[in-house]
Amino acid sequence: MATLKSKIPEGTLAEKWTNYKAHQNLVNPANKRKLEVIVVGTGLAGAAAAASLGELGFKVKNFCIQDSPRRAHSIAAQGGINAAKNYPNDGDSIYRLFYDTIKGGDYRSREANVYRLAEVSNNIIDQCVAQGVPFAREYGGLLDNRSFGGALVSRTFYARGQTGQQLLLGAYSALSKEVSRGSVEMYVRREMLDLVIIDGRARGIITRNTVTGEIERFAAHAVVLATGGYGNVFFLSTNAMNSNGSAAWQCYKRGAVFGNPCMVQIHPTCIPVHGDYQSKLTLMSESLRNDGRIWVPKNKEDAEKIQKGQLKPTEIKEEDRDYYLERRYPAFGNLVPRDVASRAAKERCDAGYGVGNTGLAVYLDFKHAIERLGKEVIEARYGNLFQMYEKIVDENPYETPMMIYPAIHYTMGGIWVDYELQTTIPGLFAAGEANFSDHGANRLGASALMQGLADGYFVIPYTVQNYLADQINVPFFKTDLPEFEQAEKEVRDKLEKLLNNNGSTTVDTFHKKLGLLMWDHVGMARNKEGLEEAIKEIRALRDAFWKDVKVPGSLKGVNVELEKATRVADFLELGELMAMDALNREESCGGHFREEYQTEEGEAVRNDKDYMFVSAWEYKGSDQEPVLNKESLKYEYIEVKTRNYKEAKS
Amino acid sequence: MNLTLKIWRQPGPDEKGKFVNYPISDVSPESSFLEMMDVLNEQLIAKGEEPVAFDHDCREGICGMCSMYINGRPHGPDDAITTCQLHMRKFKDGDTITIEPWRAKPFPVIKDLIVDRSSFDEIIQAGGFISVDTGGIPDANAIPIPKLNADLAMDAASCIGCGACVAACKNASAMLFVSAKVSQFALLPQGKIEAKRRVQKMVAKMDELGFGNCTNTYACEAECPKEIKVTNIARMNREFFAAKVRAEK
Repeated sequence: MATLKSKIPEGTLAEKWTNYKAHQNLVNPANKRKLEVIVVGTGLAGAAAAASLGELGFKVKNFCIQDSPRRAHSIAAQGGINAAKNYPNDGDSIYRLFYDTIKGGDYRSREANVYRLAEVSNNIIDQCVAQGVPFAREYGGLLDNRSFGGALVSRTFYARGQTGQQLLLGAYSALSKEVSRGSVEMYVRREMLDLVIIDGRARGIITRNTVTGEIERFAAHAVVLATGGYGNVFFLSTNAMNSNGSAAWQCYKRGAVFGNPCMVQIHPTCIPVHGDYQSKLTLMSESLRNDGRIWVPKNKEDAEKIQKGQLKPTEIKEEDRDYYLERRYPAFGNLVPRDVASRAAKERCDAGYGVGNTGLAVYLDFKHAIERLGKEVIEARYGNLFQMYEKIVDENPYETPMMIYPAIHYTMGGIWVDYELQTTIPGLFAAGEANFSDHGANRLGASALMQGLADGYFVIPYTVQNYLADQINVPFFKTDLPEFEQAEKEVRDKLEKLLNNNGSTTVDTFHKKLGLLMWDHVGMARNKEGLEEAIKEIRALRDAFWKDVKVPGSLKGVNVELEKATRVADFLELGELMAMDALNREESCGGHFREEYQTEEGEAVRNDKDYMFVSAWEYKGSDQEPVLNKESLKYEYIEVKTRNYKEAKS
Repeated sequence: MNLTLKIWRQPGPDEKGKFVNYPISDVSPESSFLEMMDVLNEQLIAKGEEPVAFDHDCREGICGMCSMYINGRPHGPDDAITTCQLHMRKFKDGDTITIEPWRAKPFPVIKDLIVDRSSFDEIIQAGGFISVDTGGIPDANAIPIPKLNADLAMDAASCIGCGACVAACKNASAMLFVSAKVSQFALLPQGKIEAKRRVQKMVAKMDELGFGNCTNTYACEAECPKEIKVTNIARMNREFFAAKVRAEK
């Protein structure tokens, strides 16, 4: 069994991070040049970590799968970033942001980590403004805020509907600065295919150059994994096409324990699925729920007519509309957390009240907001989102309500890390969505950007330095060591096996089948029978994949199918672990909803007595079941309650 | 819909390319252009042929990775979109669609429709940033910024670095891309401090990499998926001129 030491520092909650920094080990400037760090990924966490470590004087190698670090998927985040600035004077504080995040996560995240996240949130905003991030401002010249789900204050900073883009470009500019200074070496169009461990410590990676096809070796004193989440296991998700779980999965197979794999966020406001050939789902920002009202017809006959195209939503009278979120959750209304809003939409659609030709959609209506504020105001707030919607659906959301449905969006689960963001492999750190740490069973809107940048700018530079302090006499590693030879050989064998398989079925065919299985059994609602079925079917699908997958081309040069095949091979293993974790967790919490555990009203029922822990799965080899380790969660500064979004009391 | 796709195939950077015709049938008008390309590739693989290589990632118009030149226009026959946002309802049954890579000397073809745009990164690395390190930063509200400046900076900052401006320009000029970054920072007090140095370095790098000059055809603005305005080029010219006149040591 792995030993899980969360390494939470001494002191009260508010003192812990300060205490850590005061007593941590440091490396003197001359010695920093002798230490190398690999950062995999250039999203918010990766780019911010690489730039900040470079500024400190470490020699950094930074990798990304896209053609430029500026394209990492953080760029697609729309709505905003939270911080406890309390600029609107509406009662926010570090404690309240901490509290809302723990509560939003349904009491399944680690108290000390979340408090630190809230604590550094304000530094992030300062940093980004200094980098030239053009956040929205008021006429007086000061920063504007808006509200997001799961909060009663306005603490979300935003740059139109492109906040992720602007924050990523800020981190990218800091990274570019360090590249020009020579402290960071950038490697684009590289995919990490394995982790190299020497004497028990992470010391390097194996990558494939996706242009030349070369398998390459890179060594360092420490490795930071910032490779994002694994939502694409579902095939259809809001993730980018190249987002994948493979780098994290290799780390898991090399000994890093995986935390809460079943915790997946399903975002309530995405454009509904339209056909079998669909390749991805598009998110409509949660910020739309500030002004949009969600409804379905009150009468089933109306819903059926709409589904058949016999009735338009604008023809349904006000009294015949069911604003079901406002009805069920009067205090938070349309701004309930994502898991609650998603399940409520599914409940209405399953009951036959859904709209659109599939019946799997609900309306997000701006009619009242336009009447109240005018079209110009709505356009200024959400113009780019409305345009995006119109391009995809070919309907004008200023005139007819948007149609939305939940879709896979984010993974709260990820590589298990301690307070220092270090995994169970010494020298391997995980940051951003790639780790499990801060969001528990459900992430609040505008908190992913906050966590990515908190980890990258303000946590990793401290904790990696602490780790490296006793490594100053360890010379640069050579990549001709037997550990590198062995890891490269394993990668080559796997790739060649895929290429020489001579099967007849394309990679996408398997990926789509896996996606459907996952959506049906490990998606928004789960139950014992379905999960057991999923595990059986995933195993069969995995066998079929290795028998019959067809990967054209060769190892040399651009080979997109080969890239996809390695990712799907890993998803076929990861999907099984997700189902096992969901089966094990006999309770409903946050995004994990087990149908056996709900109230009569359909609200989630947690089981704190038996499940107030992080599931940390440990790999034991391809022919053995993984072992479940448990990190129990203790709440010393917060009273654990049943989440309640019906009333304003917190 | 039944279509003929006339696609540029080029095995590698140093090899000759050519157009190859591919018939494709039963295309749904609701699918996106890239989903149509996915279907084509699935069919090619099934036939034992090599799939068409193209860049793409987010498929929601923000990462800037997709880069096809479709029927003579970057990102195809619709305004203010990327290729991933182009839908097949914009075409007619029986159409022949010509698909090429970006064509510009500083964007060499890697394979088929994939080009190398690392020259854009090099321009940013030359000075497209504000030289602040992490930490030790004053409060975000310490310097008020007029809303108009923040909004104009945001307009410029919405550039996705796709390269459509270069592909659209007969001179393969990168002026719209470079001026968007120069403008964003020139409009903000934080960026003014090293504005002169920045514009000179970025322009020098742009020239060095072989991008052409601007001859005011405005093709870049017409094809920019984010509708970035040529007024940014005017602002960059002013910044550049001012930097030359009052050069810093």
